[in-house]
Amino acid sequence: MPSKQAHIRKQLVAYSFIAPNFIGFAVFTLVPIVFAIALAFLHWDGSNPIEWAGLANFRNLLDDDQFKAALKNTIVYTAGTVPLTLISSLLLAVLLNQGIKGRNFFRTVSFFPYVASLVAVAAVWNMIFNPSKGPVNMLLYTLGFENVPGWAADKDWAMITIILFSVWKYMGYYMIIYLAGLQGINPELYEAANLDGTNVWQRFRYVTVPQLSATTFFVMVMLTIQCFKVYDIVYMVTQGGPGTATLVLVYDIYNKAFISWNLGSASAVAMVLFALVLIVTLIQFRGNRKLQ
Amino acid sequence: MQVQSIQTKTITTILYALLILCALAMLLPFVWMVSASLKLDKDVFTFPIEWIPSNPRWENYLEIWTTIPLGTFIKNTAKLTVIVTILQLLTSSFAAYAFAKLEFKGRDLLFLGYVATIAMPWQVYMVPQFIMMRSFGLNNTHLAIIFLQAFSAFGVFLMKQFYMSIPDELCEAARIDGMSEYRIWAQIMLPLSKPALSTLTIFTFVNTWNDFLGPLLYLTRMELKTVQIGLRMFISQYSSEYGLIMAASVVALIPVVIVFLSLQKFFVQGVATAGLKG
Repeated sequence: MPSKQAHIRKQLVAYSFIAPNFIGFAVFTLVPIVFAIALAFLHWDGSNPIEWAGLANFRNLLDDDQFKAALKNTIVYTAGTVPLTLISSLLLAVLLNQGIKGRNFFRTVSFFPYVASLVAVAAVWNMIFNPSKGPVNMLLYTLGFENVPGWAADKDWAMITIILFSVWKYMGYYMIIYLAGLQGINPELYEAANLDGTNVWQRFRYVTVPQLSATTFFVMVMLTIQCFKVYDIVYMVTQGGPGTATLVLVYDIYNKAFISWNLGSASAVAMVLFALVLIVTLIQFRGNRKLQ
Repeated sequence: MQVQSIQTKTITTILYALLILCALAMLLPFVWMVSASLKLDKDVFTFPIEWIPSNPRWENYLEIWTTIPLGTFIKNTAKLTVIVTILQLLTSSFAAYAFAKLEFKGRDLLFLGYVATIAMPWQVYMVPQFIMMRSFGLNNTHLAIIFLQAFSAFGVFLMKQFYMSIPDELCEAARIDGMSEYRIWAQIMLPLSKPALSTLTIFTFVNTWNDFLGPLLYLTRMELKTVQIGLRMFISQYSSEYGLIMAASVVALIPVVIVFLSLQKFFVQGVATAGLKG
């Protein structure tokens, strides 16, 4: 029978393990989160006295063109990036999973854009897609196209440019997740399908895709959340422009907070972002329970 | 049978063709980058592309060190990355040990708190966090970036998942031998958790090295800047010095490339397990 003192000692030892991480986590993550929620209901410019705002910050968003553009663009960006990344990473994973030679090489290569620093790859991307002299448009001219896209400089193409760049940068990451999923499929299923005389497409459609539904669900959730949070890609490729063509939610938070020092509005937008992420997370919880 | 093998051959050919196409799409921008980094600004955009410059301008790689304080940027980033990674590994594995192997009041609730914040994007609370750091006088200090990055909930979660897979009997036996919990952590758990520690190392390293928005908010003084924001500043100031921009970009990529190629196995494992656990 352990004495009470020994019990207390054990508890203290346990807390001493948690403490270094928890203190940092509480001060620099938990406190700001609570502060962020409170700020959404306050007026504050960071230096003058704080005033109660109630729901005013949220009401103002309804007439805020910047915010409305940012919300729309974030949704368009997500709607474009998620399916494209999902399909290309799935196809790439299936290709790599065919027992081919040089598999590791191809895997490393496709993972490379993901680890490479964004600033550097965005710089190359901007040059390659330079509307007047970049190699992509030069190639299009040579192939006989006359109306070549203006890419990041054209308001109709800017979002497409960002979506293409995101797919290129992130598909390698999700491909790895798909590869792991593919390895979990029972090979007997393919053997049975082979005996039934199915072709490549049928095996993909009726064995691979359904067997991967849990992985696809996970990838979709991760990708969606990642897209809602997009900022740095936009900053480096289009700076939110032309006009408001690629202004996204985090860009709007940044502008409201650190350019106009309207911290209440910035936090209200942050809460909208949080609500979007929360909805997706809740869907994930429900979906996971169903899949299990 | 003959038909079968011809069909297989065609499929294999198409397969490789597709893969090579994908690999080219992934790699060509990097090749173009290296090639452009060795050219004069006026030759960067010549078309058809001259992949191997006839007159490689190696001076670009010397000039960038004097045009911008690239050395300072790299030193700052390396310092931040090493400190953050060490702190992250130590505090996460330490806390994860308690969550996985010790009994204490409030354990599950506390862990739930950690997991819940993984879903909370940093961008949601970056503004109040900045205001708070500023009031602590941490604006324009490297300490701000360290505090920002070093105590992630993700690290604790990852390490805890790994420790759960180590049998409890191992700890029990050590306790009976009279080992303290701290020694069990240091002498039994840490050596066993090398794969998880490697995964966490590479994730933290790449994240900290490549972080952009954090340093952009906190570090405005030139001598404090990291490679990413320094490079970005250079690009916007000297937007037409194409050769130099590309040379600086190549330099900024090298450390991550080295870490990635040497720890690749753990990275792939880490991504894959994160995916499977959901």
